[in-house]
Amino acid sequence: MSQTPATALIAEDELLLAQALRAELAKAWPALQVLASVGDGASAVTQALALQPDVLFFDIRMPGMSGLEAAIALADQWATAGPTGKPFPALVFVTAYDQYAVQAFDAQAVDYVLKPVQADRLAKTVAKVQLALSGRAQAAINLEANIEAGMEKAMAQLRALMAAPAASNAHSTASVAPLKVIQASVGASIRMVPIDEVLYFEAADKYVRVITATHEYLIRTPLKELLPQLDPASFWQIHRGTVVRADAIDSVTRDEAGKLHLTLQRRQERLAVSRLYADRFKAM
Amino acid sequence: MRIDWLTKLQHFLQTTAFCLAVSAIQFTLQPQWSYDIPLVYSLCIGLIVWLVIDFGRHLWPSAAATGWPAGAAGLLLPLGGIVVGYVLGTLAGDQWFGWSSWATQPRSQMLASVVVTVLAGVAGTYYFYARSRQLYMEQRMAETQRQANESRLRLLESQLEPHMLFNTLANLRALIGVDPARAQTMLDHLIAYLRATLSASRTGSHTLAQEFDRLRDYLELMAVRMGPRLHYTLELPDTLRQVSVPPLLLQPLVENSIQHGLEPQVQGGSITVRAFAAAGVLTLEVADTGKGLDPATSPADGKGFGLRQVRERLATLYGAAAAIEFVAGRAGGTRASITIPLNP
Repeated sequence: MSQTPATALIAEDELLLAQALRAELAKAWPALQVLASVGDGASAVTQALALQPDVLFFDIRMPGMSGLEAAIALADQWATAGPTGKPFPALVFVTAYDQYAVQAFDAQAVDYVLKPVQADRLAKTVAKVQLALSGRAQAAINLEANIEAGMEKAMAQLRALMAAPAASNAHSTASVAPLKVIQASVGASIRMVPIDEVLYFEAADKYVRVITATHEYLIRTPLKELLPQLDPASFWQIHRGTVVRADAIDSVTRDEAGKLHLTLQRRQERLAVSRLYADRFKAM
Repeated sequence: MRIDWLTKLQHFLQTTAFCLAVSAIQFTLQPQWSYDIPLVYSLCIGLIVWLVIDFGRHLWPSAAATGWPAGAAGLLLPLGGIVVGYVLGTLAGDQWFGWSSWATQPRSQMLASVVVTVLAGVAGTYYFYARSRQLYMEQRMAETQRQANESRLRLLESQLEPHMLFNTLANLRALIGVDPARAQTMLDHLIAYLRATLSASRTGSHTLAQEFDRLRDYLELMAVRMGPRLHYTLELPDTLRQVSVPPLLLQPLVENSIQHGLEPQVQGGSITVRAFAAAGVLTLEVADTGKGLDPATSPADGKGFGLRQVRERLATLYGAAAAIEFVAGRAGGTRASITIPLNP
């Protein structure tokens, strides 16, 4: 265990449950310092970045951004390099009932707690988290490589969790025929944009931007619905809101903070790659 | 066509037994002949008739489910089987004994064997037909029963949504420690909610006042969970309190408003449930200030089981006289309204 007491952040949209978890944690792990409780995913990300806790207790279903999405967004913004570099927090998910997620959690090293939170189950989680934290403290001597490895492990776990619900309804999406053209309305007319001309899709509020080498269109179909209709071999998701045509990618660069960016052929902009999808871009 | 050989063996044995019985009867009627004559002819004719009919029926696609060809084929098949069986069976018997029935037999004897073949053929065919029909009916009934059970289970599961139930229990557990009095009130609402949900599939109707009480139970539970993020108003005019409605008709609409409208919003919102009557039409309205209709996942196409179930119940009870519609609310959010004829 490290010298300074461990710190935690709780993200739970139901006030009573957040208080109850705090009270149970006070009994199970008196030394743990709960820095804050937040009620939605977006606040969870900003607060985690600001407070740099050692442990995160994230509810899965939260308004705005789910616990899983918040964890992924946090991983993208978490600085693992530089003077503020700190290992990615130990993640514990809290959920009332989510059979797919629970199965995925079981298979993963990330721990989870079921609501209502039971004292003895929470004690096990606490022991697991303490073990993980003490392991980190020892490994901290040869710093950055370990932090990066820890982040990679967290990402692998999140990747598996993201894939679990997708796999469960894979059979329903398998029947969708691949899209050949994107029908985008331009004023009063509909433009038929061949899918091969699209360089990338980007979610923007209630729309999705469809970007070709020379034009930009807006469509209303959400990215989530568009994705199953795209050929996964040619269109790669690189971020929560970005899907790129693989053969339109020119190069991939890593900046000093360890984050990946793409440049495209025939376009000026750089696109950020989420850590979640970073494993696609490795040299052969 | 898949053939169940075990059943075929069973049929073969039954047919053989039947042929033995027929030959025994023939022997008692004509004891002047040795027993092996009716035995051989009966077996030859009977088994060929059986072969033609029992295997022939698989040639008709309509026999796949019911076990018997539909329409005229169902009559022509046994007729053909009997004719073919009689001719080939007699030839086979002649082969066995080394004589020719056609040449030596008197007309009356010929007629008698035709009559025996037809009677036995019809009786045997009818026996097998009735058996397979009964089997088919039993299967159909079991299937219908299974579907009914499954649908009831899904209805119950949709109403006792596990996520809602466990979150409510978690809140209750938390409340017991900090505010026992409030915990008790919450538990009372949960009990009333569970009781109503479990009995809703069995009762045909209840009053609007009861309907609104059940909605209040549910909304109270949600209010404890969501705290200041949920505000709700129930507006039921006194004149409409005794009007009868299908139980928990509005429940899925309110659940929808909370799950898809308010819960995803960080700031929450409010729900208003109203009932009003005009020109013999009762309107039940659930309006929220939530996220609003998403054109992609619009509830109007009835994707959710709860909403589909509301639609189905309205259609069975009122036919075209009832309607349900979803519109974007005036101040954002969604307004769902059900109109049904008002029965005094």
